[in-house]
Parts: sequence; C-alpha cells; structure tokens
Amino acid sequence: MCPPAQVVTYLMQSIKTPSPSIQEVKNTTCYMCACRCGIRVHLRDGVVRYIDGNPDHPLNKGVICAKGSSGIMKQYSPARLLKPLKRKAGAERGAGDFEEISWDEAFATLAERLGKIRATDPKKFALFTGRDQMQALTGMFARQFGTPNYAAHGGFCSVNMAAGMIYTIGGSFWEFGGPDLDRAKLFVMIGTAEDHHSNPLKIALSKFKRDGGRFISINPVRTGYSAIADEWVPIRPGTDGALLLAIIHEIIATGLYDRDFLVKYSNAGQLINVSETNDEFGFFVRTEVPTEEACYEPQDKLWWDRNTDHAVVTHTAGADPYLLGEFKLQDGTPVKPAFQLLQERVKDYTPEWASQITGIPVEVIRQLAHEMGVTARDQKIELPIAWTDSWGNEHDTVTGNPVAFHAMRGLAAHSNGFQTIRALAILMSLLGTIDRPGGFRHKAPFPRPIPPCARTPNDPRAVQPNHPLDGMVLGWPSDPDDLFVNDDGSPVRLDKAFSWEYPLSVHGLMHNAITNAWRGDPYRIDTLLIFMANMSWNSTMNTAEVRQMLNDKDTEGPNAGEFKIPFLVVCDAFHSEMTAFADLILPDTTYLERHDVMSMLDRPISEFDGPVDSVRIPVVPVSGDCKPFQEVLIEIGTRLKLPAFVTKEGVRKFRDYPDFIINYETEPGSGIGFLAGWRGKGGEKFLRGEPNPNQWEMYAKNNCVFHYELPKSYQYMRNWNKGYLEWSQRNRITRYAEPILIHIYSEVLQRFRSAAQGKGLTRKPPEHLKKRIDTYFDPLPFYYDSLEAQVTDKHKYPLAAVTQRPMAMYHSWDSQNAWLRQIHTHNYLYVNTRTALQQGIADGDWIWVESQWGKVRCMARHSEAVEPGTVWTWNAIGKAAGAWNLTPDANESQKGFLLNHLISEELPGANGRISNSDPITGQAAWYDVRVRIYKVGAGETAVGVQNTSPQFEPMKPYPGMKTRSSILAFLGVKAK
Amino acid sequence: MHPAFSVILLTTLIGAAQGLFLALFTAQSYAAFKLLPQPDAHAFYGQGSLLALVLLVAGLGASFFHLGHPERAWRSAAMWRTSWLSREVIVLPAFMGVVFLYGLAHWLNWHPVLTTLPGELPVDPTAILGVAGTLFAFALFICTAMIYACLKFLSEWHSPLTVINYILLGGASGFTLAAAFASVTAPELVSFLAGWAAIITLLGWIGRSASLYRNARLKPKSSLQTAIGIKHPRIVQKTQGFMGGSFNTREFFHGQPVAVLRAVKWFFVLAVFPLPLLLLLSGMQGRTGLLVAAFAVQYAGLLAERWFFFAQANHPQNLYYQSIA
Amino acid sequence: MTQLALVIDLNVCVGCQACVTSCKEWNTAGSAGPMVDQNPYGADPTGTFFNRVQTFEVGEFPNTETVHFPKSCLHCEDPPCVPVCPTGASYKRKEDGIVLVDYDKCIGCKYCSWACPYGARELDEQQQVMKKCTLCVDRIYDTSMTEDDRKPSCVKACPTSARLFGDIHDPQSAVSIAIRESGGYPLMPEWGTHPANHYLPRRKTRIKIHEDELERADNPLKVDRQLPRPAMNEPTLDDVTTW
Repeated sequence: MCPPAQVVTYLMQSIKTPSPSIQEVKNTTCYMCACRCGIRVHLRDGVVRYIDGNPDHPLNKGVICAKGSSGIMKQYSPARLLKPLKRKAGAERGAGDFEEISWDEAFATLAERLGKIRATDPKKFALFTGRDQMQALTGMFARQFGTPNYAAHGGFCSVNMAAGMIYTIGGSFWEFGGPDLDRAKLFVMIGTAEDHHSNPLKIALSKFKRDGGRFISINPVRTGYSAIADEWVPIRPGTDGALLLAIIHEIIATGLYDRDFLVKYSNAGQLINVSETNDEFGFFVRTEVPTEEACYEPQDKLWWDRNTDHAVVTHTAGADPYLLGEFKLQDGTPVKPAFQLLQERVKDYTPEWASQITGIPVEVIRQLAHEMGVTARDQKIELPIAWTDSWGNEHDTVTGNPVAFHAMRGLAAHSNGFQTIRALAILMSLLGTIDRPGGFRHKAPFPRPIPPCARTPNDPRAVQPNHPLDGMVLGWPSDPDDLFVNDDGSPVRLDKAFSWEYPLSVHGLMHNAITNAWRGDPYRIDTLLIFMANMSWNSTMNTAEVRQMLNDKDTEGPNAGEFKIPFLVVCDAFHSEMTAFADLILPDTTYLERHDVMSMLDRPISEFDGPVDSVRIPVVPVSGDCKPFQEVLIEIGTRLKLPAFVTKEGVRKFRDYPDFIINYETEPGSGIGFLAGWRGKGGEKFLRGEPNPNQWEMYAKNNCVFHYELPKSYQYMRNWNKGYLEWSQRNRITRYAEPILIHIYSEVLQRFRSAAQGKGLTRKPPEHLKKRIDTYFDPLPFYYDSLEAQVTDKHKYPLAAVTQRPMAMYHSWDSQNAWLRQIHTHNYLYVNTRTALQQGIADGDWIWVESQWGKVRCMARHSEAVEPGTVWTWNAIGKAAGAWNLTPDANESQKGFLLNHLISEELPGANGRISNSDPITGQAAWYDVRVRIYKVGAGETAVGVQNTSPQFEPMKPYPGMKTRSSILAFLGVKAK
Repeated sequence: MHPAFSVILLTTLIGAAQGLFLALFTAQSYAAFKLLPQPDAHAFYGQGSLLALVLLVAGLGASFFHLGHPERAWRSAAMWRTSWLSREVIVLPAFMGVVFLYGLAHWLNWHPVLTTLPGELPVDPTAILGVAGTLFAFALFICTAMIYACLKFLSEWHSPLTVINYILLGGASGFTLAAAFASVTAPELVSFLAGWAAIITLLGWIGRSASLYRNARLKPKSSLQTAIGIKHPRIVQKTQGFMGGSFNTREFFHGQPVAVLRAVKWFFVLAVFPLPLLLLLSGMQGRTGLLVAAFAVQYAGLLAERWFFFAQANHPQNLYYQSIA
Repeated sequence: MTQLALVIDLNVCVGCQACVTSCKEWNTAGSAGPMVDQNPYGADPTGTFFNRVQTFEVGEFPNTETVHFPKSCLHCEDPPCVPVCPTGASYKRKEDGIVLVDYDKCIGCKYCSWACPYGARELDEQQQVMKKCTLCVDRIYDTSMTEDDRKPSCVKACPTSARLFGDIHDPQSAVSIAIRESGGYPLMPEWGTHPANHYLPRRKTRIKIHEDELERADNPLKVDRQLPRPAMNEPTLDDVTTW
C-alpha cells in the first residue's frame, strides 16, 4: 500500500490531536502469560499508554496477544494488593478481615517464625509456587532453607508431558522443545487449546498453513487452534493412549517406520533379557566397557548383528542389528531387541480395538497412521549441513521426516497420561522425527540425559536443622534408590513426591499439599507459603473442602483451637480467593514494576537454533507498598542467614534482586549465574563468565533478550551430535557429552517394576504399593482406563468433563482484567446438541452437572464442535462472589462456575485414599472426571434470580486497595 | 430495532400536529368555498394553530432526548442534499414557523385581500400561509417517513407504505384531534372534521394492514450465510465476541418476548382504527367527551403502533449478534 | 484512487482476540479515545470496541467447522452510513477511502448505525458520539513511526497475520493479490455497499495416499525377516494340479 507519507496533523483534521506530552518507549518482557514475549511499553507522562510487541524480539517478532495488549488493565486494576496485610486477631480465615502492617513487621514476623522452624525441623516450612518461571530462585531458597517441601505448579499442570517425553527422548514440548512447523508437511496436534509458546505457535501455524502444510487436530473439542485444522478428529478424553498405540501398531505392521533412525538413535535394537526367572529379566544385557560413574547411560549394551549373526556391542562400526526376532546369548540367555518387544506389545492394539475406546472410526485411525508414515517416508528433507555423530561418523546432510506433533494437557492431565505420552514420544521416534527438520526440535538446555542428572536426596537425613537440604528439591529419579523416602519406605516430602506412591513426580504434587498438611499425612507442618497460586479456587481440586481445610482447627490435643495449618502466608499481586485465607499477605508487584529473569537455570525462552534468555526491567515505579517476591525472598534469606545470601561472617551479600542476579554464581567462581548473556567483566562472554556489573544495562540495550545462535551443524540431531554435545559440555549446559539414545524401552521404569517384583538389590516398595508399581511401571507404553474411571460407575456417569482455557485468558491469572472479562464474563457447559436433547436440555437451560464427588449448577450451551461423550467449559472464568475486587453480583460468580467442585484430589484406594494422580508422575488427573447432566427441577428455577451453584459468602476488598470505578474512560482525553 | 421513546413521541406528536394543521386549513378552504360555515377564526384557527404548535414543540423537545449532543443539533441541517434526517430538521422548524404565522394571522384577524382568484375567491395571507403550511406538512411527513423508508437494509420500513402510513396515521390523529378541538371551539365543524377523521382512519387501517401483511411475508435478504460469507445450510453463532452486551445488542433489538410484540400489535390495531372509528361516529354530534376519548385512544394506539414499527424492524446487523458464550 | 482496507484470512484466524484488545488499547489512549467501559468490574460489563471476534459453528458433528470471525468497520466503497448523517460528521476520505466520524460534529443521533447493515458502529455511551474503526489513521501516516509500525494496531498485533492491510485499488498490493488469488469476498454483497474489507475463506490441504504406496520394496520389515518368502516346503498349487 503505502500512501504518500503525510504530516500527522493534516490527517488529524477531524480527529483530535493528542495533547503534547512526554512520550517514552521502554522495552521489557511480557508476563501476561507464560509465553514471555518481548514488549515495548509506551508511556505518556509516566503512565502506560500502549503496549505492543517488540519487532526485534526473537520470540514474538512484534506480534502480541489479547492478554499482552490488555496489560494496562492489569497494571491499573483495582484488584491489586497494595499493602502488606495480616489477618485480624480472631477473624476466621476466608473472611477477609485484614489490617495493614509495615514490611518491617511482615519481615520480622516471617524471620522469627521461619528462623525457629529452620532451627528445629525445616520440613515444617513448605513453599509452593503457582508459577514455575521463577523456580531457579524459589527452589534455591527452599533448598537453602533446608526444606524438601517445595514445588511449583508443574505437578498439577502438565508434569506428565515433561516426564513422559524427557524420560523417552530427553526433551519435551513446552519450553523444552516443539514442532518445527517451518519445515513440517504434516502437523498433528493432540489435545491442545492454547500453549505456553503461545504467540510463536500461532505465528508458525499460520505460516505452516499458508505454505500448504496439512494440519490435523485430535481433540474432543474443536476450538482455538483446532478450528483451523484441515481435519478434526474428535476423540473421547483420556483415550489418546489407545489411539497412539493403534497408530504405532499400524505403522509397524505396514513397515512405515524409519528403521535406520531407530537403529542408530534409539535403544530399539538393544537386547533385553527375556528370561522370566532371571533377576535381570527385563533389563538390557550389558557387556564390559570402560565407563565413569555418571548419570548418563554407558554404551555397554548389545545388538544382534545381522551381518555376523552374533551379539555385538551397540553401535559397533559396520554392524547392523536386527530389530525383530529372538536370540540366545552364548550363555543361553534368551534375548529380544527392544523393538521386538514393542511389536509384541502393540500386537493387540489394533485400530479396531482402539476405535471402540476412542470413538474414532477404524478407517480414520488407519488413515492417520498412513498419512504420518507416508509423509515421513516420502517427503524427506535433506539439508546440506555436515555434522558428526557421537560415534564419530560424519554426515554430509541433516535428514528430516517432516511430520510434527504437538500435545499438551489434553494428553497429560489424565492418570494414564505418562504412558500415553511415552506412546506419543515413541511414535514420533518411529517416524524418525526427533530433533530433525520438520519434526520435533529441542530447545536449550535440552536435550538432557535420560533421565536428567538432577537428583533429590534419597535419605531423610538430608534434612537437618539450620542446614541447606543436601540435594536438589526436585529431581529425576532413575531407580528406586533415588527415591526420597524414609527407611520404612514412607515419603519424606509433605506432598509425597518421589515416594513409592508417585516415584517419578518430578514436579511435585502441589495439589495434595494442603490436604496432606491438614490431615497430618505424612505429617503436619507449621508454615505454608504460597506464591501466586489460587489454591482455594481454580488451582485446587475439591475446592469447597480444601477451603474448609484451610480454615479447620484442632478440636483436641495441645493445639486445640489452633488452625491445622498454623501459619499461612500468601504472596500475590491481586486480591483472590486464596489471599482471603492468608494470615499474612505480601503484596507482589506487577510485571511492569520489577526486574525478572527468564533464566537458563529455569525455563528459558530458547529457540530451536540456540539458547535464549531474557529479562524484565521495570518500566513504571512500584505501586503502593508492593515488593517483588524476589526481593522478599532475598530479604528473608538474608535475615535467616541462609548461606547463599550472606558471607561466612553472616553479612548480607546482595543489596537487592538485580544485584543478586549479577553477582550470584552457582558455585563460587563457577561463572554460571541466572543470566547467560553478557557475562565476563566487560560483557564479552556468554553462558559462562565472571559477573558483569553492567549486565542489566546490556540486556536493556539489546531488547532485554540474549540469543545465542548455534552453528548450523549444532542445530539438529542434538541427542547424538558430537559437536553440539561437546559445545554444550564446554559451556556447562551439561556435564556429559555422551549420546542420548531414545528410550523406546524404558529401563528406568523396569527398575521400579523389578523392585516391585522383589528382584534385584535396590529398595523395595512397601507391600501395599507393590501391585501398583508392578502394574503401571511398564517399560513399554500400554493403555489403561484412568484411575478415576476404574472406581466410577460409567453407566451412572456417562460423560467425560474437561476444561480448556480460552486464548484471551490462558495463563493470564487475572480474570478481573476490565477488557478481557468483557470477552469471557462467565462460562457455560458445552454439550453436544444431540447429547443435550436426549436429556431434554435446551440451549441455554440451567442444568446440574454431577460427578460422584459433587455437583454444580450452570447453564448449558449446545455445540456441534464437541464429541458427544464429552462436556466441557472454559476454566477459571467462574469466580467466588466479590473475588478479584469484582462486585458480588458480577457475572463471573453469578453465572460463572468452576468445574473443580466436581473433581476430587483423592481417590479411594485399597489402602486408604490416594492422590487422584498419575501413579507414575503424580500428575493431577484433572480430565478424568466423569459426570452426568440433567435439567434443574422446575421448583428450583422458578424462584428469584438464577445463579450458579455452589455460591460462597461474598468477599470484600481489603484495606489499602483502590476502589473500583463503575466507569472507565482510560487515559484518553479528559472525559466530559 | 430498539424503540426509542423519544422518537416514538416525536413522530406521533408532530404527526398529530401536521394532521391538525391540515384539518384546520381543510376547514378554512371549505369555508372559503362556502362549503362550510365560517368558524370563529380567532378561536378555531388561532388556538388550533397554537395547539398544533404545542404538539410540534413537544415533539421537537422529545427528539432532543434522542440526541447524544443536543447542543449540536443545529449542525444537523448541514447535509440536506443527502440526508432525510437533515431535511426533516430543516422542514420541521419551517413548518413550525408557517403554523405560527398562520395562527398569528388568524389570531390577529389579519385578512387583507392580496389578490382574487377566479370565482371571486379572495386570497389573504392566511390562505397563502395555509397552502405553504400544507406543502410543508406533507414535506415533513415525507421527510420523517423517508428517514425510515430509505434504509434499504430494513425491509420492514423500506416501502412506499411507510410514507403513506405516516401521512395517513398522522392525518387521522390530527383530524380526530381537530374534531375534538372543534367540539369546543367550532361545533359547526365537528361532523365535517369527524367525518374526515373517520375516513382517514379507515384509509390508515387499510394502509397499515397492507404493511402488516407485507411485513409478515418478507423474506430477509441477508442471512448468516451472506453475513459471514460461508455457504452451508447450518450455521450457528456461538459467541458474538462479548458477553455483557454492547451498543449492538441494545440499539437494534427490542428485548421483548414475541408475546409482547404480538400483544402490542393487537392493541394498536384496535386502538388506532376501530375504537376511534366507533368513538368518532358516536361523537359526530359534537359530544366532546367521546371525541376527546377518540383522540386519546387513537394517540395511545399510535404510541403502540410506533413502538411496534420499530420493534418489528429486524436489522441485518442482528445476524452478527445472536449469542453469548 | 486509494482505498485502504483490511483483508481478513479466516483460514488462519484462531480467534485469539489479539486484534480486539490491541485495537481497544491503541484507540482508547489515542486520538479516537477514550473508549468507555461501563461496569468494568461489575455485572454485565460493556464497553466501546471497534473490533470484535465472533465464533460460528458450521455444520453438524462430526463435520463441524469452528469459524472465528473478526469484524470491524468494512470501510465500504459506497458507505450507506455517510449520506444519512445529518451533520456531515460521518465522512469518507477521498484520499484513502477511510470512513471516519468527526466527533466534534457528531450529534449522537445514531442514524448512521441504523444505516449500516454490518453493525460496525458503536455509540460511546460516555461521550455520546458514534465511534468506529479508523483503520488507525493516527498510526498509518505518523512519520515519527517506523515504516513497519505504520499499520493498524490490530494488523501489527495479529499473531497469525490473519489481517492484511493495504490498498485494494492497487492491483499489485498484497491485499489485492490475496483477494484475487485466495478467493477474497465481501460481506453481505446483496446490499451493494461494496465493502473495502474482504475475507479470505478456509482452504483445505488434503493428502491422497494410493493403496500401492503403502507397500514398497524398501519396507524395513524385510530387513528383519518379517516379510519372508514362504519356505520351499509349504504347499503350493504345484502340489495339487497338473494342467
């Protein structure tokens, strides 16, 4: 286009020219969701006027989403907490009766209380954070304090996705890797409504479609991304594992797998001991090769070579292993290649079988398998990029099989999610798409060894008064001896993570922390610090009862009359259902008011082509008496004299958070800190280097982002790319430069199963968990009905109920946003039109939704875009009356509802209650709930205003908050 | 459409005023031709014009409530070349001025004979003003009606019947009012005026029935298919993009259930046509009470008629605003 | 003559609402603002927006298409809203075809909104003047901005670049090419308003796999003896026929 450039004033002849004022533009990083785009904040007279995407930012390249564009309404929201508050003496928790206090008092209270706990039993302090983008600091604080009771929200979010894939291919979706839509020809998205990598995925998706790529969406619901799919495959929730296994069946049966890839880059050809009587049954047979003690897997396994018809050491030059067959070692041990076992495993997982479970027609399942297999096989990409593999073989090209996948909580949030996601990772591997063009690509610091090297302590004695925890607070168990359990096998952690109940709960089980602490199982705690998590509303299952637990008091014993969870501290920027239950509220800042780092030690925003980290730099002054949570942690850490924050003499090390970020090193002199860019005295180094006093300024000058682009030859095949792995080792991204073979067969799982079968020298599970471990720790993926379905009468509760977050609210944490809430003011339950009509439910009718755990009243909407056995709603639109400083009659509470009331955080087990979670990872099984729906009775609807049920006592604003206005004419010309 | 009370009042009040003026001048013309007795000019024409003027001012006043910026109303004469609204804004005060002068001339008994037409017809200022007023009255009817009739998207309005009905319904109410007014100020004219009122009411009945008949059979030209450009027999809106309402959901829909719409229709059909007819015929002999009742009933009916006129119009923009979720 | 317009690609719009709030954000604080929000924290919040994204379901399960449909003023070439305006507050700019409202002349009679079949205009309940999309006229000519920034806020924001902006009278412009080559169409063509904004339809990519493409000589199962030739001693027709 481009009409001739003309003077602005000329064009303003009829539109008022803004009055002259001081205009500034400042760069920082968005935090309206987990995507973390680069933004430019335009200020007029110091007030935020406009936020747009930073065109020079590698992540979002100038675009911005609905939330990012509504950041102003977050910044100036009346829901903001502006003063430290403490619960009034005698007030009930949840009543919201607070009084203002000073930060001095808040810090003094905390330091005294936490000091006592640390000196006696550090376990009695628990820190759980809703956001996991600050984990490097929060986790470090917990470790320094000495408590094992720390986790971020991963456990109730999508740990199955992280664990299922990292335990299989050494990387995962989310921040760790993603689909290479730039070069993919076929893209299959499973169970995804929105994404962490929100804007980049949208950018990529539209480019992909415009380039003629084929996009298939497998999802019970067609919304969001699925809307623009070339084909929508509706599936019953929680049955994805059956579909994926049937596709694997078909791909193996038709020979559409990438044999060469599997041979070289996975353990498909490695031989497994199949002698059932042997203690080594199910383990790879090994030979002696010189190795050092490490967390990576030594290359000491065997192939059965086709050329010599003998067992040879894996990756022996010139050898080509059988992937199928059964062989006998010289000592008579029967062995089979891992791939043979996979073929046997999927033998009965036919498309016909899967069709019954998933509701997908047989021919569609076959078609999916064929499209994947044929595209991968026939549309190969050859990039003229020379690289060297871990075994020293030089390659002239990088090959790609252009089939890309993406999946999210739709797969993860089921109690069979881990095995489902293993199946997905294996399918991706069979197609030869791992870290290859057009397939899945890793993002630094991934890939990691399988499993990654971080370990929690495995001994309760790692928790000692006045000492940091001896080990990481979260880690990656590789065998039963890595579990963090007491000598009797009982859990050390409050949430029972890393115990026999959920051995691979690598992100913890935040969703059980409150229930466990309340019940005193495994023990009671003293202080619970919650950062940015709405554990009395949408971040908890069984909301109503958890609210009770938070307010529950001992009726007898020495602490009669005291709260069962004696001290509850909540740090958040906003009034919420959770803050009402706090004894102490610490008002956090917004993202526009503080320094922050998106660190390589945490979840950076890396790109496929190399590591990227970024920062936030304040663009407006702090409001009220708010204080960034990082500053709070550093202050408390210093007061408690935690070793990381004070010198040996006990003197404060860091002035504040920016100072901490510059000067903190993981070990003295390690050169590794929170930020990877502009290290070294003058900012001349990256990834490793001495602290640079001007590091913040250098980030500020460079769009708040550091992007290291790897040489092309290091950008692909990184699991086995000698150059990359050595580069990564040199830069201390990883300790070992050994190849990371794909675990088609998971020996890690077999180790647990074997222990449950009483074999080997490792720890053994307690009696009551043996069967559970034996069943679910299958080294090959298998399909099972969700744990909840196993204890549900499916005839009584025929429907699956799931939730999604709408794009305009995804991870936005603030439904009080004046603009966003106009788009989603309340929510409906979407029901397939025919399903609804069978129940006599008309579009818009008030209905009850009932699970075996509870019921909610809400309004129904007919939809043709939902699988008939599924009902769904937007999550976290429903609010408690008065929460977030909305009026008590706001639609969010009167017409909005929360499905969480129908979901239990625990299930009845053979030996008492057990978390409603994946038995392997402890992933909260949000999407397993089964419901029935029926119209509200005639009597119920006739009287008065109709509203959703349950309702709670309306909340009120706290002291120090701004009053909400009834009319907003934001920032424009003065309103008349 | 959302029926705005200001516009309902405006169109019905000025319609009655126009009709009343036409009735006055009709009587004067008949009297000039000696077909009717000459009434007391001072009372009948003078006060009659005043009554018309009061209605016009009231209507104009009501119309200001429709404006977001009444203080800028003067600007609205600017676009008379293209805008019927602008034309109405010009014609209405012009008509008011003529009515004022007409009434004033009668009030002051200012009857200098300016010229004489063939047939010994003396032409005085009231005659000239009367003719001018008549022209303006019709012009105003056309302007007002064309504001609605010119909107081709609103097919319920986009019809010559809209103009005809504005004229007939305004005329009917004005003549009915004139009859009631004459029963006090010029009893000798009552039966004449009531007769005409009945005739115009009858014609209005026919005209309005024709438009009801037509509108009941309209096939909307736009559909969801043309609105979003997708060819499929089954398209359902799931979200309109917001949930708490907007100008689009407030301005273009009456917000009433179908039953209310139907009730209003039956009410106005009775109240505007047969009931006033009955009352007019029974009050023909000059019974003020009945004639006032006739006007009151008819005017109340017209308020309902006008409400229905707006409510029935289905704006194509509503295709885009059907559902919240 | 120039006619600036948006071309909206329904093929890639995922309904994220970025265009909705970025428009609100720019315009409420810009020269078209403020754009009021009423009950921003209460029941039935409502406000002035120039741009909305709606969702339609097309077809019946399982053959359902979910269509996200952004809509703002279409800047008609023959805008019915302009001639009806009694004050001349609504006008179409000769130089670039943008339809604008002069807030200082608008009397808030709403007549223009009645004359628009698309529901593109919204009365600002606080300022009581009619408002609508300005195509960010206060951005696109602002020479203090970089060339890249001189686009409507919604276009810049859109993560899927579902919104193209340019001169539809210039046959070489990206928008004209898109309309021509991707089947661009106007809304409610039956009214002869000739909307400048166009929409691009959904386009499907399919893969055709022939039966015989599945079976191939390089099937890896052969390597692992899974597609073996029958053994010599297995029965064949040779064993039972003599011809």
